[in-house]
Amino acid sequence: MTHWPLIAGQVFNGFSVASLYVLAALGLALSFGLMRVINMAHGEMLMLGGYLAYLTLQVVPGPLGILAAMPVAFLGAAAVGAVLETTLIKRLSARPLDTLLATWGVSLILQQAARNIFGAIGVDVRAPEWLNHAYTVPSGLLEGLTIPATRLFILAVAFAVMGALGLLLARTRIGLLVRAVNQDRGMAAAAGINVRAVDLSVFCLGTGIAGLAGVVLALLGPVTPNVGQSYVVPAFLVVVLGGLGSLKGTAIASLIVGLFSALVQILVDVSLAQVLLLLFVIGFIQFRPQGVVAVRSRALDA
Amino acid sequence: MVMRGMYKPVGLAALLLAATSLSAPATAWAADTVKVGVLQSLTGTMAISEVTVKNAEILAIEEINAGGGVLGKKIEPVVEDGASDPAIFAQKATKLVQDGGVVTVFGGWTSASRKAMLPVFQKLKSLLWYPVQFEGNECSPNIMYSGAQPNQQILPALQWAVEKGYKSYFLIGSDYVFPRTANLILKKHIDADKLKVAGEEYVPLGGTDFSAVIAKVQAAKPDIIFSTLNGDSNVSFFKQMAAAGLPSAKLPVMSFSIGEQEAVAMGPSLVEGSYAAWNYFQSLDGAANKKFVSAYQAKFGAGAAVTDPMVHGYVDVYAWKAAVEKAGSFDPEKVRAAAVALDYLDTAMGKVKFAANQSLVQTGYIGQLDPTGQFKIIWQSKGTIDPDPYDPLVFPGKKCPAS
Repeated sequence: MTHWPLIAGQVFNGFSVASLYVLAALGLALSFGLMRVINMAHGEMLMLGGYLAYLTLQVVPGPLGILAAMPVAFLGAAAVGAVLETTLIKRLSARPLDTLLATWGVSLILQQAARNIFGAIGVDVRAPEWLNHAYTVPSGLLEGLTIPATRLFILAVAFAVMGALGLLLARTRIGLLVRAVNQDRGMAAAAGINVRAVDLSVFCLGTGIAGLAGVVLALLGPVTPNVGQSYVVPAFLVVVLGGLGSLKGTAIASLIVGLFSALVQILVDVSLAQVLLLLFVIGFIQFRPQGVVAVRSRALDA
Repeated sequence: MVMRGMYKPVGLAALLLAATSLSAPATAWAADTVKVGVLQSLTGTMAISEVTVKNAEILAIEEINAGGGVLGKKIEPVVEDGASDPAIFAQKATKLVQDGGVVTVFGGWTSASRKAMLPVFQKLKSLLWYPVQFEGNECSPNIMYSGAQPNQQILPALQWAVEKGYKSYFLIGSDYVFPRTANLILKKHIDADKLKVAGEEYVPLGGTDFSAVIAKVQAAKPDIIFSTLNGDSNVSFFKQMAAAGLPSAKLPVMSFSIGEQEAVAMGPSLVEGSYAAWNYFQSLDGAANKKFVSAYQAKFGAGAAVTDPMVHGYVDVYAWKAAVEKAGSFDPEKVRAAAVALDYLDTAMGKVKFAANQSLVQTGYIGQLDPTGQFKIIWQSKGTIDPDPYDPLVFPGKKCPAS
């Protein structure tokens, strides 16, 4: 019976890991869903968020610094996204392979820039005191189960971001335009929608969310020039598994990946869990190549 | 930190140097200089650690040159970039020895880089000075192993923990050869001491998720964690331990890959109170260490951290000089014979000498991190420890080949 706290803890950890993945992957899913752009520099937007959190904490030390860092990182990364979109991606929109290569180049440039500015060994971003504790179940069946406040906080942020994004897409005029462009770009343009402006704002929104994600990832991980690389691979995995470009699919896929690896790790170590996860995803894609949620879009038919 | 841009011209210069020496006969060095190779990763993921080792090696070379050189010749370092890639280490080692006309090479960090270079040095009958602690189980006549053998770092840490009364040990490591071998040795010794291994977990290099590992730690309730995690994973590990309510004050962690430089990078408050085992700490007493630290900081910045592998790189150059002078020759075979016959050298890390198996006789220290990223030395081995590449419990009967 002593296994119950471990199993319950792993279910919680599965949700926690899923919340990290969904935050890391949402921006990628957004830009791919609408523009078919595979942004290889997405990981560096996460990194940028981490460094912006570091800078914000220098200006606003104390317990509320991390809350201040979130809008700063969102806006900062969105601004970098805007520059990236207007200078590069817009010009390569008809050539997806070139976009892939170009954004990969941008990724290398941003990594080296971070290295030159902040040094190769990373900077220190810490969770504030009010997050730096854990809730422990004192007695009963789940005695000893620990829930870290930081992980609860990140879960809340993930839900808030997904909720806000869902509302934005489902209930606002911007969301209507985005959905229209997503379903049929040519028809939307013919109906007078400024497709370029929609592209730009969705791309900025995607990189902005990545920046915000970078802040909360910094609470549990390092902030180094190459930190983006360690999250971008699972992010791609989640986007592919979820059904390219589907936000609902991205959320469900994050949960599948998070819970799968957390529960498998009760029995095996992390290295083997990763192998099993990849095997699982390959198997899944074999039987359901369209991913968890199939997206109907003229753009994908073309 | 040092600007990376600096190394481009250096690397380019080294490349040009090597290129020009290609056209010259390999054995002919100018009458008043002697070339040595310095081969560390100046780019890629290992650059963080290896650039500073290169700095320390160059510092030693400059000091020796300022003091008149060796056997009347100035040392001319040929710097090459191993680029964090074992295959490139092997390629650059070949280039240095075969075409570059260097008499010896200082370098390497990862075990993978050393294993890739080993056949090169064996084939070309040259000598590599390797500065980093490693997993043992290797003994080549063409490598001088100055970094700690397992019995000079890992086992002293266990001895300290046993003396402290810790009974239950949880082993966490990155998933590659050093942690696997180190933990194999630890497990055998923990069993032999009738103590308990509470768990053993591996995370891929660079892994950032420790939620499951920490859940297993919480379930196993060990007295202490022995960590052979390497690189950025350490940051994730300590952050997530703190988040789970297990800071070092509550559950001690003994690390084998965190030095002064890593502690500063991670944020000293994050790792404050955790332990590390090395053969050198920047905070060591002694005139030789004070002199080394101030010379390094004068050249590379007042706040520059100095670590165990850097000192090993620095001491290697001086040991090579002493061996060359004893042999009266730059010939690698004669230098090797002289190196193992040297008496104790008084160095920044205390008294050290090379044993017959070409590893360094040195002292083991345990330090505890303070809030500034420096270690308070809390334990040291009784005198120096003779290096043992083959742990008798894990590799019974295995011995170094007689050279």
